[in-house]
Parts: sequence; C-alpha cells; structure tokens
Amino acid sequence: MEIKYYIALAVALFSIGVIGVLTRRNAIIIFMCIELMLNAANLLLVAFSKMHALSPAGIANPNVVSDAQIFVFFIMVVAAAEVSVGLAIIVMMYRNIHSVDINFLNRLKN
Amino acid sequence: MKNVLQMAWLIPFLPLVGFLINGLGRKYLSKTLTGIIGSGVVLGSFLISLYVFFNVKHGNTHVAHYFDFVNIMSLNIGFDFQIDQLSSLFLLIITGVGFLIHVYSTAYMHEEDSKDYAKFFAYLNLFVFSMLLLVMGGNYVIMFIGWEGVGLCSYLLIGYWFKNNDYTNAAKKAFVMNRIGDLGFLLAVFWLISKLGTTDFHNVFDNVAKLSTTDITAITLLLFVGAMGKSAQIPLYTWLPDAMAGPTPVSALIHAATMVTAGIYMIARSNILYTMAPTTQAVVAIVGLATAVLAATIALKQNDIKKVLAYSTVSQLGYMFLALGVGAYTGAVFHVMTHAFFKALMFLGAGSVIHAMGGEQDMRNMGGLKKYMGITQVTFLIGCLAIAGMPPFSGFFSKDEILAHTFEKNPVLWGVGVLTAFMTAFYMFRLYAMTFLGKFRGTHEQEHHLHESPKAITIPLIILAILSLVGGLVGIPEVFMHGGHRLEAFLEPIFAGSNALVTQHHPLSHSTEYLLMGISVFGALAALLYAWNKFSKYEKTDAEETGFGKVLANKWYVDELYDTIIVKPLQSVAAFFNNVMEKKGIDGFVNGVGKAVNYGSRQIRLLQSGHVGTYVLLMVVGILILFIVQMFL
Repeated sequence: MEIKYYIALAVALFSIGVIGVLTRRNAIIIFMCIELMLNAANLLLVAFSKMHALSPAGIANPNVVSDAQIFVFFIMVVAAAEVSVGLAIIVMMYRNIHSVDINFLNRLKN
Repeated sequence: MKNVLQMAWLIPFLPLVGFLINGLGRKYLSKTLTGIIGSGVVLGSFLISLYVFFNVKHGNTHVAHYFDFVNIMSLNIGFDFQIDQLSSLFLLIITGVGFLIHVYSTAYMHEEDSKDYAKFFAYLNLFVFSMLLLVMGGNYVIMFIGWEGVGLCSYLLIGYWFKNNDYTNAAKKAFVMNRIGDLGFLLAVFWLISKLGTTDFHNVFDNVAKLSTTDITAITLLLFVGAMGKSAQIPLYTWLPDAMAGPTPVSALIHAATMVTAGIYMIARSNILYTMAPTTQAVVAIVGLATAVLAATIALKQNDIKKVLAYSTVSQLGYMFLALGVGAYTGAVFHVMTHAFFKALMFLGAGSVIHAMGGEQDMRNMGGLKKYMGITQVTFLIGCLAIAGMPPFSGFFSKDEILAHTFEKNPVLWGVGVLTAFMTAFYMFRLYAMTFLGKFRGTHEQEHHLHESPKAITIPLIILAILSLVGGLVGIPEVFMHGGHRLEAFLEPIFAGSNALVTQHHPLSHSTEYLLMGISVFGALAALLYAWNKFSKYEKTDAEETGFGKVLANKWYVDELYDTIIVKPLQSVAAFFNNVMEKKGIDGFVNGVGKAVNYGSRQIRLLQSGHVGTYVLLMVVGILILFIVQMFL
C-alpha cells in the first residue's frame, strides 16, 4: 500500500486531536485527544520505517534496522507514564474543585 | 660657561618657582614670607635681566635650545629662548615694573586673608612667568604658550574677588575676547608652518622672500587679530576697561608691564613681515588711530578713576599701533617703555588714592586730596605730565617720535593723532584736578580716614616717578642732540631688515620738526590748563549728562551694541538648543524609548490571561506559522 494513505490517515488523526484539544473543555477528553496525536505520530513512524526497510525489489534490506519501530515503543511507554501522571492530576483537580473543566484552571494568572 | 646668556633660563624659572611655592604652600606660609618670596623671585629675575641686558648691549645675542617641543617628520619646534636687544629690553620692563608692583601689592593687599594673599602672589608670579616666556620665546609656538598664559592669568586675577558676580563676568569677558584674538594668532602660525615649515623667528625672517604677497598680508593680518585681542584694539578693546574689576595692582600689571604690550612686542618682533605687507600696515595704523581717538573721547566723560586710566591705556596702545603701522618700530617700543613707567605710576597712584578713600573709586566724591597725600599727589602729577607729553618728561619724547614719523607718512593721520594728544592732556588733568584739587566732596567718615599710604606703596611710586621723569632721555630726538637717540641705536639690529626695505626715506627738516613739536606741546598745554581751571572748581551735581556727552559717558554704547548683535543672538541660539534640541529632541528620544517599552509591555502582559485553552491555541498557531515559514520561505 502506498505511503500517502498512511500519511493521510495520520494527518487526519492528528488534526482531530488538535481540534479536540482546542475545542473541548473536559480535561479527560483533551487528554484522549493528546493520546490521539501521539498515536498519529506513532503510525507515521511505523509506516516510514516499513517503507525504508524495503529495497526497491521488495526484498528485506538487512542494512536497515528498525530504529523507528523501537522508537514507537518508547513513545508508548512515555505516553503510559504520562497518562498515569495526568490522570492523577485530573483526580486531584476533581477533588479540589469538583469539576474537570479546564476553564476553571486559571490559577496561573497573576 | 661659554656664554653668560645661557643662564637666561633662570629669568622665567624664578617666578615659576615663586608661583609653585606660594600656590602650593598658601595654607602654611605667613603673609610676610609670601610677600618676600613673591617679590624676591621677581627681583631675582630683574637682576639677571639687568646682567643679560648689559651683555646684550655689548653685542652679545643668544638663541638657546633646551629641548624639542614638537618633533614630527618635517616639523621641528624647539623649546627655544631668544635673547637679543628687543627681548632683553622687554625683560627689563617686565621684571622691573613687575617687581615694583609686587612690592606695592604687599601693602595694598594686606587686608586679605593669608590664604588669599598667597593665592594673589602666586597668580602675579605666574603672570610674570607667562609674560617672560612670551618675550623670550625663540619661535611663535613658545611665544603662543606665554600668550595663552597671560590670558589665563588675567582671567584669574580680574576674577580674584570671584564672589562678586560682576567681577567674574568681567574676567570671563576678558578671557573670551582674548580667545577671539588667539584664534587669529594660531591661524597665522598654522599658515606659516604650511608655507615655510618652521616657526623659528630666525628662519621665518630669513626666508620671508619665499612668501607671496598674499601670504604675508594674510599672515600679518591674522597676527594683528591676535594683537587686537591682547592689546585691546578696536573691535576687541571692551575687555580692558572692564578688567578694572581686579585689584588695582593687577590693573597696573596688565596695563603697564605685561599683557597689553604683548601685541606690540609681537608686531615689533615680526617687523619684517609687516614692512613687506603695506596693506596690513595701513590697517594697523588706521585701527590704532581709530582706537586712540575713540578711547580718548570715552575717557573725557568717565567718572571712575580707574576707568579713565583704562581708556587712556587703550588710547595709548592705539598710539603704539599707529607707530607700528607707519613703520616707526623704535617709536612703538619706546612708547611701550615710557608708557610702562607712567601708566604703572598712575595706576599705583590711583590705588593709593582708592586705599585712602576706603575703596571709593568715583572721582566725584574725591577732591582736595593734595593736602592729605603729598607723595601720591606729586608722583601722580609727574605721571600726568608725562602722559600729556610735556617736555622733558618721558612721554614727550616717545609721543613726539611717533607723531613725527606719522607726519612723514601722512599729515592727516598726524592731525588726528595730535588731536588725540590734546584730549589725553585734557582728561588726565581732569582726573588730576578732580582728585587732588578743590575741596573734599566725600563723606565725613572718609575725610577722617584720609592718610598717606605706607612706604611699600610710596617707594614704588617714587621710583616710577623718577623713571617717568628721566626715562625719555634714552631717546632724545636727532634735532636736539646728535646721537641722542640711544634706544634707536640699541634696537638697530632688530629693525635693520625693515629699515633696509624702506627706500624713500626723506627725514623732516629741522624747522618742520620743531614746528610739529611746538604745536603738540602748546596744544596739550592749553588743554591741560583748561582742564586744570575747569575741574579744580568742580562741584558735585546730580545733573545727568545730555546730548553728545551722554553718548561719551556711555562709551559710545559699544557694549550695548555688542550685546545686541553678538551676545543676545548667541544666547537665543543657546536657548533654542537647550529648550528644543536638548529637551525635546535628545531627551524626548531617550524618554520615548523608555515610554514605548513601558507601554508595549503593559499591552503584551494582557496576553497572559491564565486560560489554558488560549495558551494552547496560541501554541498551535505558532507551530503552524513555523511550518508555513519552513515550507514556503
């Protein structure tokens, strides 16, 4: 399958994520949108890795190592860690102000 | 020592030492010690000058080179002293009259604080030092150092009582006027360097033929501008009468021994240049004569005793420039000498009067001082007779020589000159009669206080009176006694070059010369007696001067004229730069930058709203902009 379909899918996912972050006020949904953007990036990494790994004749090129695919695992791990921290923050936020609406989070001002 | 003149460096060095001791030790020295040091160093210089003078008289001249002052590529200006007939004569005048003024000052300034007293003597010593440097310098640059030095010292001394604002202004005026002249002098020196590559007197005068007529005329005119400033000629003369703000000994020093004679000395020194530039000579003669007449008319109506003397100095300096202009260099130097004697005498006499009157300078409040101050009165009378040109007093010989030479050149100039001489006799005897004759017009308190001055004041007066009496005998005109003009013979080597250039020299016949002398002497005598009669019966009136007299009493309104055409416009330009350029332009720009930053940051601060959504939006927009920039640019 041609690379451009992967790119199109990744761009679509990423844009959905960005728009979600910008338009929604619920902290959990924003969080999910961030995950969506991360996964869009992951998808692209895997797709490009696969593309470069093949020689023009379609035979696997032994000189190309799958760095990008390993990198994807790292991103997943980091994302998992991030989720745990993020969810913990959201729980604390809910306990304090009984809401997960980010518009209430304007304490950084002043 | 090969040459005794090698010790000449001691002459200016001694006053410099005196200046340093008195200046640095002013807090520790007693008044007596200060006076002894201050006068002693000048006496030392005078004795050495005498020794040098008699050596020079035997034909021994000397140019001493001490070190290189400027030494670059093609230009070499040494720190040279030139000892010859002209400079040795001036050395005698400066140190001799200067010494008497120092002695006089020990008594005159005695009421000052010990610290100020030492400061005064330090300045006097520095003044004498600068003047000695000026006349001893072997090139125009060394001369210029002294030239500037006397300017500085006159500023310091005129503003000696600097707590009085008027006095400080007078000092500033003197300094600024002198600076205008100095610029001319400096330009002339640059011109000389660019054309001849040297400023040494010897080299310049030997190579004078290499200069074109335009160059010589321009250089001499520029030098004359310098002389105008220093020697108080039209249009730069107004500082000299204002210089009366200083203590009286300072006035005597400025008017008689130093400072104002610098211009005469410089032109007499550069006589060859002037002889080769007839245009400049004409300018010098006319400016000199105009100054003589103008100042004499002003002096007729002044009531301040020192102001009359000041204008008479300006007038006499005009005479000297007239002499220089008609090529009578010896006459000019002769008049410098006699004038130094009688003008120092009269200033010190006036100081003695002011001292007795407790600081009063207005002649309308004096009168009848004859019976209180015998010595001052007699010596003052001698000075007046000398300046009025009565034979056999010294002024007669020098003034007569100048007038005779002027007549040879142009009888019209002579006519104006003689008229000025009559005016001189008139205002000097107006001064004498108002001060010493008639009855006393001051307050009772002043009358009670009147007394003859102490010995330190009267002895210099007596010495100067003797000099004024006999000083003219070194220059007895040829008609009276063959070979009687010993000064001319003495100065002959200096002016030899100029004399050789003047080809058509037809001396006046003896009868003409007697006639000229007769006219000037009897005219002056008539003016003198008229003034004597009129002002010995002077009564104080409150009536204002009217008509022409008012114009004269207000000094032809020259100060007001300068104020309107120079000072006021300058001040308004300065005010414009201060108020508009400085406050609005430069300050506005600097403050504007500050204000812009302040305002901008206050606006940008509002972006920080605290809404997380806004921050994210801005971040995304930023990233998009970066992408676009990356892709398309």
